[in-house]
Amino acid sequence: MQEATDPIDAPRASSLDLSADKIHVWRGDRHVLRGAGFAVKAGELLHVAGPNGTGKTTLLRVVCGLLRPEQGAVSWCGRPIDAIRAEYQAAMAYASHEAALKSDLSALENLRYSVGLKRRVGDHELRDTLGRTGVAACADLPARVLSAGQRRRVAMARVLAMRAPLWLLDEPFTNLDSKGTALMCRMLEAHLDGGGLALVVAHHALALARPIRRLELGE
Amino acid sequence: MSIGAFPAMRLILRRELRLYFRRPDQLLQPLVFFLIVTTLFPLALSPRLSLLRDMAPGVLWVAALLSSLLSLETLFKADAEDGTLEQLALSGQSLGVIVIAKTLAHWLVSGVALVAMSPLVATALAIPTDAFPVMFASLALGTLTLSWLGAIGAGLTVGLRRGSVLLSLIVLPLAMPLLIFGASATDRAIGGESPAGALYFLGALCVFTTSLAPVAAAAALRITLE
Repeated sequence: MQEATDPIDAPRASSLDLSADKIHVWRGDRHVLRGAGFAVKAGELLHVAGPNGTGKTTLLRVVCGLLRPEQGAVSWCGRPIDAIRAEYQAAMAYASHEAALKSDLSALENLRYSVGLKRRVGDHELRDTLGRTGVAACADLPARVLSAGQRRRVAMARVLAMRAPLWLLDEPFTNLDSKGTALMCRMLEAHLDGGGLALVVAHHALALARPIRRLELGE
Repeated sequence: MSIGAFPAMRLILRRELRLYFRRPDQLLQPLVFFLIVTTLFPLALSPRLSLLRDMAPGVLWVAALLSSLLSLETLFKADAEDGTLEQLALSGQSLGVIVIAKTLAHWLVSGVALVAMSPLVATALAIPTDAFPVMFASLALGTLTLSWLGAIGAGLTVGLRRGSVLLSLIVLPLAMPLLIFGASATDRAIGGESPAGALYFLGALCVFTTSLAPVAAAAALRITLE
């Protein structure tokens, strides 16, 4: 099994930064996010932690622009993300807590039709990327027959293939075996080394060989 | 940097068509429904040619409307359920581009297929072959307009668990003019009169929905994605 060890392609620019300021979100009567805020620079990872139901996923959805907060704003390189939607989305790779694959399409087709919308990409390169996350053999199988762990690895390959400087990952370790978890950590390290940024929602500690910033929600 | 809007549309269109053809049941159900409903009428009513010919345009159009609705519910819902709609929405392409590509794909597999099948049904309903060209044109314009109207409805109901009833309640009233002008165009062609007036109206409705529905459906999707 070929695995990801080589650094990923992320822009070397050190001027990238992502910040959120006093984010407030209500869901009906529930005040889910009460003034959450952070700032992340190139090469940094923010670990969003907290018990279930404290708004970790909600925060991630706000940061990726799917959810508009009632108060507060998210800025990418100093500009509000609403004003630079297309540019921001091109610089971002989002992986939700579900693998988000079409079960009737093969792993390769899934990547072709999602990564392909972000940038021109050939099948050869996508197969390569699937190989780096250890699912090269599944490239032509419909996603329906893949195990949960394999689907997660395909979703990882999608994040890699997007070559985006900003990664927004929601529980990326779910369903992964120990080798997969280690691979994910190496991918994150390589991404950060290459000058990328990452926001990772996970309810357990991240085993990275570098200091990690932590945002604890629900305190 | 993202790829342009047209390559993106082409890519989504290919994705949609591939998905439709991987699920032939989804593709065939509305068509079989159309076929069965329209052939039930000659069986239920008396097979008198003059009676059938009088009823044919109405039967044809009501069946086309209902069969198109059948497949509209899944237009965005399937993608919303497996999370791929979020991926599409964050792909750097505008939601309008996504809506246009998905709706065109829906029309290709429902509307165009329905037009292709209409001679079969028309024969069962004793529509003379002279009226076929007008029937094709009116059905093609009508089903495209329906797909656009349906995209708005599907966008609004995508987050609801039992959205199909609401979808019909939203779309069917909006589709009334289609039914009136579509049936009247076919009726006039059967009677040997000029169908031009009704066809122009269908054309105008089609242009109107083609230009406005993507904006409306994209706005509806944006709300439901939150």
